[in-house]
Amino acid sequence: MSNKIFVIAEHLNGQVEDITYEMIGKAKEIGGEVITVLLGSGAQNLAADFGSDKVLYVDDAQLANFNPEAYCKTIVQLCHAHAPNIVLVGNTSQGMDIAAGVSVACDMPLVAYASDVTADTITSQLYGGKMSVSSHVADGRFIAAILAGAFDTEAGKGSGASIETADAPDLTGLKIQFKQLVAPEGGDVDITTQDVLVSVGRGIQNEDNLEIVQALADKLGGALSSSRPIVDSKWLPKTRQVGKSGLKVKPKVYIAVGISGAPEHIEGMKDAECIIAINTDPNAPIFDYAHYGVTEDLFDVVPALTDKL
Amino acid sequence: MNIIVPIKQVPDLVEELEVDSSGKSLDREWLKFKVNEFDDHALEEALLLKEDTGGTVTAIALDGDDIDKALFAAAAKGADRVVKITGVDGAPTNHQAAKAFANALSSLDYDLVFTGVQSVEDRDGQLGVLLAHYLNLPHISVVTGVSVSGSGVNVQKEYGGGVIAEFEAATPIVLGIQAARETPRYVPVAKVRRAMRSTEMEEMTAGDISVGAGAEIQRMFKPESSGSAEMLSGSAEEIASTLADIIKNKM
Repeated sequence: MSNKIFVIAEHLNGQVEDITYEMIGKAKEIGGEVITVLLGSGAQNLAADFGSDKVLYVDDAQLANFNPEAYCKTIVQLCHAHAPNIVLVGNTSQGMDIAAGVSVACDMPLVAYASDVTADTITSQLYGGKMSVSSHVADGRFIAAILAGAFDTEAGKGSGASIETADAPDLTGLKIQFKQLVAPEGGDVDITTQDVLVSVGRGIQNEDNLEIVQALADKLGGALSSSRPIVDSKWLPKTRQVGKSGLKVKPKVYIAVGISGAPEHIEGMKDAECIIAINTDPNAPIFDYAHYGVTEDLFDVVPALTDKL
Repeated sequence: MNIIVPIKQVPDLVEELEVDSSGKSLDREWLKFKVNEFDDHALEEALLLKEDTGGTVTAIALDGDDIDKALFAAAAKGADRVVKITGVDGAPTNHQAAKAFANALSSLDYDLVFTGVQSVEDRDGQLGVLLAHYLNLPHISVVTGVSVSGSGVNVQKEYGGGVIAEFEAATPIVLGIQAARETPRYVPVAKVRRAMRSTEMEEMTAGDISVGAGAEIQRMFKPESSGSAEMLSGSAEEIASTLADIIKNKM
């Protein structure tokens, strides 16, 4: 059976997101006819470097910006019309709104948090990256929501994909209307330009303890960043968050303090030049990405390190 | 606005996770469970919205480990009603759980459904989006702000890099909450105990939770450590000296 693979392209502010190329590259590896699905308004040029066999492009004013309802409706219609056996979508803010809708409407098994995919087997990272699960789909018909950063972007780039346009479904009377995009407020510190980041996670236990890591960051002339729970708890501003819904950083030195290393966090920091992880749990996934690991208590090691510098 | 908040218990990741003898699921015997942290945010946002604009908050959960405590805690925090859905055994997939919630919601009156945006067990997708599709309702996930606007709601959805998309949406709608605008409130045990005595736990049955075939779990396993990290040992002082040298070399 030859595969027909849909890759759902993702774009924001006129820029194609890397996850799109990562998925195209993976789809080509799986084999079959790779069709990138692009939705937008006057956005056909975004497909110029898609390395897929074909691009299915739908143009509609309601698709100019991502709208969960309009995008879902359109992609479900395309899935009904073209009957792909595999659909790859990002396990991202946009992709999450699409994947489950297609799963229910087209009765296709969905596997999320996917870090690898073959024609019939999907590997997911669950429990904050502490367990892997391989799922099998006998008839090879499924949707996989792919973790950003799991695959190479270059493998998905190319040129010469034929572009076929498709009509949008009736998008009048939508219950959700897109209003605007709001850029993040500038912070006091831009963590993406720092040479040294001391990044703090749940292991710091409470807000008062931030002093300890701030002291280390100050001594190193670097800045304090964090994983998501710290920002959700309002201990640090959003501008300090590293990871999926935060920022991607590439400092020379990244010191992860009390961070377990969920896939969402890893996505934002794995390219740092030197990663040092301090976490009392020897099984924490962060140690798979760190260059140096410490399992001693952060409350002993961090102040001692600050003193030595 | 009347808001429903589905709540789910998930394994506490602070505990060591082990695979059971089937090789396909977690050994749940010694696991400690806690409320999915994003559900705490969903409940908090619901309570804040109720405090702003009036209405009710109903916390609803599938029967399971420690769920009574979780629901009474929701009541102690300010939920008006707590509902337990019975008749779902074992560990349902999110498709099945969403179907059970959809069945229960068909007999409840609501404007908004707030779910936690995700949980650590979402192998087959996020509960809220699935629930919305079974209810044939619109859905927005990764929500970091909700306010009432006219007869509908203004919703802020977060993308990478902290970019926010703003939407106007009609109700009813299902929203996957990423973060409440304030830290989820803490409730002392004594207050939960009082809620246990004063709150009526309503019960509903799950009904038909058959869903399309899912992907079959072949194997659950601990990810192989790539062993890339050089682990430093010794006293805190010794480790600190080594780290200081490493850092100085890199800068």
